[in-house]
Amino acid sequence: MKDVDDKFRKTDTEVPLREELRPRKVTTPDGQEIDIDPLRDYFCEAKPKVHPKAYSKIVEDFYNWARANSLWILGFGTGCGAIEMRPLMTPRFDAYRYGIQWRPTPRQANLLVISGYLSVKTLKRAIRAYEQMPQPKYVMGLGSCTINGGMYWDSYNTIKRLDDYLPVDMYVAGCMPRPEALLHGFMELKRVIREGKGEGANKYAENFDQYKANQKAVIKDWDMPDYNW
Amino acid sequence: MREILYRLKDRYHLGTPTFQRTDLCFVTVRRDEIRAILTELRDMEGFTHLTFLTAVDWIEEQLFQLTYMVNNREANLSLGLRVLLDREDATGDTIHDLWPTAATYQRELREMFGIKFPGSPRVDEEFILEGWTDLPPYRRDFDTLAYSQQTYNDRPGRVTHDPKTHMQKTLYPSYPKGAK
Repeated sequence: MKDVDDKFRKTDTEVPLREELRPRKVTTPDGQEIDIDPLRDYFCEAKPKVHPKAYSKIVEDFYNWARANSLWILGFGTGCGAIEMRPLMTPRFDAYRYGIQWRPTPRQANLLVISGYLSVKTLKRAIRAYEQMPQPKYVMGLGSCTINGGMYWDSYNTIKRLDDYLPVDMYVAGCMPRPEALLHGFMELKRVIREGKGEGANKYAENFDQYKANQKAVIKDWDMPDYNW
Repeated sequence: MREILYRLKDRYHLGTPTFQRTDLCFVTVRRDEIRAILTELRDMEGFTHLTFLTAVDWIEEQLFQLTYMVNNREANLSLGLRVLLDREDATGDTIHDLWPTAATYQRELREMFGIKFPGSPRVDEEFILEGWTDLPPYRRDFDTLAYSQQTYNDRPGRVTHDPKTHMQKTLYPSYPKGAK
């Protein structure tokens, strides 16, 4: 491109881990010396596993039908799409009539709607929220920001492709998509899940190392465990 | 407004004032006098509110310009004071003791422009960016497009059209004559 200063090179420096998270020796109240590693001691280190298919196709189809009809959205708003979700969950557009409901915590939700641009800072929280959700789980990306950066295509602090960092099952194009488009996206997502193609969580487990490498390349102050159970 | 400036002019070095409106004026002052002027404006002239403190990067002149906007609510007057700092190792004077809110502005300027404010509370902690190691991003020698291209992956297929030629082709396909 013309307006790029090709002399500018970014500097890649390691960000040191926060002091309270570093492994160190501490003395307990009864005088023992113990080693602690805050990032390892309190969290399970196991990687996510691929969820196997059921033993027969008809059972798997039944499961997928059931999964498609049980979508619980995490009320996590990033960017302007968070505003589109308010009329969607209230009488004006009323997504509840399709059995799609919002929950306040990732532990009770299985659909993460990334509703707009993600800055690096928010990406960290979104990854954490996604990993805490129980399986089966799905990700929906709203708007051009999650698809190719949208109007934040030259921003120093906003990611351009969401599927580098999280497995996206459904994109809804628009800037911002209207609530009708979102409803259509939910219907399409249901169709995808019924066909057994909503395999985002399995894709995440299979390519876990690749996803982590991508995430750590942009989140420089990585101060959480590799997988947040 | 002019009377205030005349009163200040007796004791301080003021540049030529720029009147945007009758109640909005900008004036350049010297760096070693800014704290005295701000204190006097706040305590004697009724400019009790610091509207904002921001910076401009004059990279061609190798200068940073700090703009202190103070407001007199009673008389409905706004006065902007400009201070020019050397761009190399830019250091400003903290005014968090005059207005506590200035500490937040100074923290932001420290992060986004790299202007130091020694003594300001928590000024060296990160404010908006997390784990930022590059140049401060609001500096003009920081190329945000180049940085984003080197950091985040593009999705192939994105096209940029020059608006002039694109609209010319769309609206007047046969212009200039014979071209199609």
